[in-house]
Amino acid sequence: MNDVLLEVKNLRVVFHTYRGIVQALDDVSFTIHRNERVGIIGETGCGKSVTSLAIMRLIEPPGEIVNGEIIFEGKDLVKLNENSLNTIRGKEISMIFQEPLSSLNPVMKVGFQIGESISKVKNISIKASQKFVRDALKAVDLDPERVVNLYPSELSGGMAQRVMISMALSTNPKLMIADEPTSALDVTIQAQIMNLLDELVSKMKNTVILITHDLGVAAQFCDKILIMYAGTIVEFAETKELFENPLHPYTKGLLKAIPKVGNKNKIVGIPGSVPDLVNPPRGCRFHPRCPFAMEICKIEKPTLKTESQDHLVSCHLYR
Amino acid sequence: MDNTLIEVQNLKKYFLRHGFFSKSEYVHAVDDVNLEIKKREIFSVVGESGSGKTTLGRVILRLTEPTFGRIIYDGQDITALSQKDMIKFRKKMQIVFQDPYNSLHPRKLVKDIIGEGLAIHEHLPVDEISEKVREILKKVGLNEDHMFRYPHEFSGGQRQRIAIARALIIKPEFIVLDEPTSALDVSVQANVLELLIDLKKYFDLTYLFITHNLAVVDYISDFVAVMYLGQIVEIGRKDDIFSFPAHPYTYALLSSIPAPDPQRKRSNVIPKGEIPSAINPPRGCRFHTRCLYAKEMCKFEEPQFFNVSGDHIVKCHFPLGKA
Repeated sequence: MNDVLLEVKNLRVVFHTYRGIVQALDDVSFTIHRNERVGIIGETGCGKSVTSLAIMRLIEPPGEIVNGEIIFEGKDLVKLNENSLNTIRGKEISMIFQEPLSSLNPVMKVGFQIGESISKVKNISIKASQKFVRDALKAVDLDPERVVNLYPSELSGGMAQRVMISMALSTNPKLMIADEPTSALDVTIQAQIMNLLDELVSKMKNTVILITHDLGVAAQFCDKILIMYAGTIVEFAETKELFENPLHPYTKGLLKAIPKVGNKNKIVGIPGSVPDLVNPPRGCRFHPRCPFAMEICKIEKPTLKTESQDHLVSCHLYR
Repeated sequence: MDNTLIEVQNLKKYFLRHGFFSKSEYVHAVDDVNLEIKKREIFSVVGESGSGKTTLGRVILRLTEPTFGRIIYDGQDITALSQKDMIKFRKKMQIVFQDPYNSLHPRKLVKDIIGEGLAIHEHLPVDEISEKVREILKKVGLNEDHMFRYPHEFSGGQRQRIAIARALIIKPEFIVLDEPTSALDVSVQANVLELLIDLKKYFDLTYLFITHNLAVVDYISDFVAVMYLGQIVEIGRKDDIFSFPAHPYTYALLSSIPAPDPQRKRSNVIPKGEIPSAINPPRGCRFHTRCLYAKEMCKFEEPQFFNVSGDHIVKCHFPLGKA
């Protein structure tokens, strides 16, 4: 099928620390098609951010991609050198981060920073890029005349995230990775930003990977959801299917643990806590917390299998 | 029947911000707040960052001194008590902070962290303190061998349990919970919320629950106050607030929450713009700059509280649902 945009195969990432080797990603494989919006969901330390950094090839020592392929439009990003990567980063794949203010250079004006990235991609001077900067700012509902001359410290969190979005989308990338874009923002501002992203991405038809810990944000924005736990993918399905028919015990547990406005059902947490990835549990990494754990779960690692059409799950309960 | 535990009257807290080149200014963190917390209730204060909810909690405990107003605890005015006279009340009121990574002393054993309150307030011998620490650890879902460990050996959820045990051990009546689950993952948050509900029943506690998470508020509270820029804009029973929000800000907050359900699309009633600065809050109604229903008078005249029904009141010229 030629509408596959990104294919990640058997990706394994480790971090070498003084405590030992942190096995951050363990055999992660998934496929993303053009124009899809895929949410990667998981709790602290599940490897969702590491996945996105690996796709951008931004894993730096002590981290290391030890195995796997990341095929983007037929090219394996793992094998590319820095020069070829720079023709892809920012142009074909762009990224926005959780802390917009720490992603911007504090001593340069906003207009210059956006211009800099546009000038690199379009191969024009920063001066010539200013026309595009204004368009980019208008697209995210900021007043270009005022904002180009501001320093990042003069922006609020919401404005800074708009600036980041304008920068990320100014080159109309094929793939945009948004890593917790609204987690640092208040709920009313979060709603504004998610609506804006929704509008822009629908118009420009970008493929999006949205990384978040908030199932609500993902439910409202994504077509598909990929659930990660302790460096592994546990479930991958269309959003509606995942919420209506969750298969993996971890997904079920997560859905029961979220308090919802207007829902009087008792919430139930998942016992225990996330394992230490220096020494992850053998077999299925979720088995110490799983209410359905069997003998086999302690020994054998489950693989990601198709349970029903377009619904993948990695669990010994399904075979 | 006097069922009120805490009454706050016209409470104000202004912080002086010293200017370096510019003139000094006041941050209006809490600006004229009145509220009443009934015994054995969970009273939630909800608001976005900078709304003054944390400052309000700290001022009620007098961890931060108020600029103006009165705090009455169980019939006694504690606003002007000396630190020495406050000690009697300190034993009755405790606090649990948001970040369990910074609120526990990293070089103290868990038994000393939890037992410190007892040593100060009750002057008990060491072995009696250990016995009580053991008991309370069980109550919060930890076990006794955790006593001889250090905070870094625990996960976020376990640390928050330690912080709760520390607050509970001197048998307080009232606990301020300042975003107790905001730093935790959802699977752990659920366990801690359940624990808090159980402990409240067991120890007959009253909570002031401070949070920005409306879903948590809906789950846990009896009474809710919504804060915006240092002021309470709406206050009432939880069911009234969630079923019939009367202030446009409350309504906007509720419609901004992304529902974890793909079938329920978020409504588009999202407030425009951003929260103004608390140094120069807008004149008139503080929400008028972002309100979708603002009229001329909202810009000039500060609204008074309007009684919607029973004990549900709202500070708005044009409350929703009022024909």
